[in-house]
Amino acid sequence: MEADYLEVTGLSVSFDGFVAVDSVDLSVLPGDLRFLIGPNGAGKTTLIDAVSGLTPATGSARYAGHELVGRKVHRIARLGVGRTFQTATVFEELSVLQNLDIAAGHRRGPLTLMRRRRGIPDEVAETLETIGLTDLLDAPAGILAHGQKQWLEIGMLLVQDARLLMLDEPVAGMSAEEKEQTGKLLQRIGADRTVVVVEHDMDFMRSFASSVTVLHAGTVLAEGSVKQVQADPRVQEVYLGPGRHTAEGWQPAGRVSKAELETVLGEGV
Amino acid sequence: MSRLLTSRWAVLGGFAVGALLLFVVAPLALSPFRLDQLGRYLCFAIVAVGIGLAWGRGGMLTLGQGVFFGLGAYLMAMHLKLADAGPGKVPDFMALISSDGVPWWWEPMRSEMVTLLAILMLPAALAAILGLATFRRRVRGAYFAILSQALAAAFAILLIGNPTGTGGSTGLSGFRGFFGFALADPANRMMLFFIAAAVLLLMLVIARQLMVSRYGELLVACRDAEERVRFLGYDPATVKTVAFVVAALMAGVAGALFVPIVGIVSPNDVGIVPSIGMLIGVAIGGRTTLFGPALGAIAVAWAGSTLSEQLPSGWTYIQGLLFMLVIAFLPGGLASLGGLWRRRVTPGGRAQPVTATPAVPAATGGD
Repeated sequence: MEADYLEVTGLSVSFDGFVAVDSVDLSVLPGDLRFLIGPNGAGKTTLIDAVSGLTPATGSARYAGHELVGRKVHRIARLGVGRTFQTATVFEELSVLQNLDIAAGHRRGPLTLMRRRRGIPDEVAETLETIGLTDLLDAPAGILAHGQKQWLEIGMLLVQDARLLMLDEPVAGMSAEEKEQTGKLLQRIGADRTVVVVEHDMDFMRSFASSVTVLHAGTVLAEGSVKQVQADPRVQEVYLGPGRHTAEGWQPAGRVSKAELETVLGEGV
Repeated sequence: MSRLLTSRWAVLGGFAVGALLLFVVAPLALSPFRLDQLGRYLCFAIVAVGIGLAWGRGGMLTLGQGVFFGLGAYLMAMHLKLADAGPGKVPDFMALISSDGVPWWWEPMRSEMVTLLAILMLPAALAAILGLATFRRRVRGAYFAILSQALAAAFAILLIGNPTGTGGSTGLSGFRGFFGFALADPANRMMLFFIAAAVLLLMLVIARQLMVSRYGELLVACRDAEERVRFLGYDPATVKTVAFVVAALMAGVAGALFVPIVGIVSPNDVGIVPSIGMLIGVAIGGRTTLFGPALGAIAVAWAGSTLSEQLPSGWTYIQGLLFMLVIAFLPGGLASLGGLWRRRVTPGGRAQPVTATPAVPAATGGD
């Protein structure tokens, strides 16, 4: 039996000669909640674009024994690979229930499609409960609050039965409370799935990541636990520019204070 | 809109009123001449039901429905000419301009069965090929609209350039019989009207089923966020092609009914201008609704005939103006007036999100 894990080897993406992702190697196992971080332009989103088939790439990205590079987007999705986007993309004119029902349905035959939906499919009801939108099932997705849209998108991945979930900045623009709820939701659904989260929010990352990969200029700069990554001087350098390494450790250059550094990378620097 | 669409009783009521008007009131109230005219409007309404599905629900702005309409119309016209001429004989217009006899591609239309099957299948097959070829390449929006419009132009040019086969720019006319019935007989003309009315109601039933089905929801999803649908494991090209094929089939059937009712088909009925004309009623009636496109098409066709009786040259300008006004100020069409009214009377009532309006590029330029 093939293990359901993501294995990226030597993956590269270039746009007209500009190399956005440069020979990246990455393995993510089920049960791992992997965060991809890195400065703007590091290639985080491009990497998941390549894995999900949106952007042509070279190299290899295998999931559950299937090569993903070169496959069409909808075929990759049928292999159990799901993703969300930086701006929540839900079908605004359709209700929450319709959104989830569509997400659940790519295996339906033409006859089922031509008929009207009767009742609520079990997996949809279950997911509505999980993402806490049961009370809003008939509301048009367009009127949902920002956080609720993000949850609906995650819910769509769940009913789609995605085993590999790639989320692009799921908590951007959320309140502290919503972030907390989202993090717990991710931990819950990540227990038996492979989850990759692209995120800029360092507090969120520290609270919920089980492992972290830092990308910089299209390459993997560091990988490990939150602690290991935070302590890595190269990571500190790309986030804050060149500093100096002294006997006491790394000292930021110029006006950057230790306090400022901590707000970015967390305490214990 | 969605409430109207989902409430079973409103729709059943709409069908009942429609059937009553078409099968009882119209034959009693209208003179044979006016009934014939209404029959012609019903043909446009059938096309409009299909456009409502493809454009309103699927977001495909098809400016070339005249091609499918024309295919159906010319297939029917060929059969009627051959039937009028008699077995093995050459239709009158052909004998006048050439001595080559009947072209090979006319021969199959001698058979009633082949003709009916061809009317149902050829426009649909052409739409399937075109749809898959364009949607797979992710041609959409303005590009799709321009492509479909160019197709309508090419089709009209093809017809004009081939006078021995299609009657050229004068088209095909002078039909005497329709599957054994004399077209001059008023009873048979009323029968034709009833056929058109029944077909329109049937197409509305089909459109309604597609709209409320899971497929209908998926089609709207493809219209609003095609990429997202892809990431859910569907191929939007297939989803959109289905709606495009159904719309083409409806246009083909409408064309086939148009020929015996109107008595002539020419390139003027299938080119760019008539193709846009088919769209205007849909826009005015409300393209995302079930009854809006059909009612809009009937209203516009009626207004067109009435006004061009009064001021012959004015109608095209009025038509263009109407289209621009609706697109600019009432993108949901007249059908959205009810919703606007409800919101006005009950402030703070259930706010319905305004229907998304993809740009309508260059559609008014064809007048």
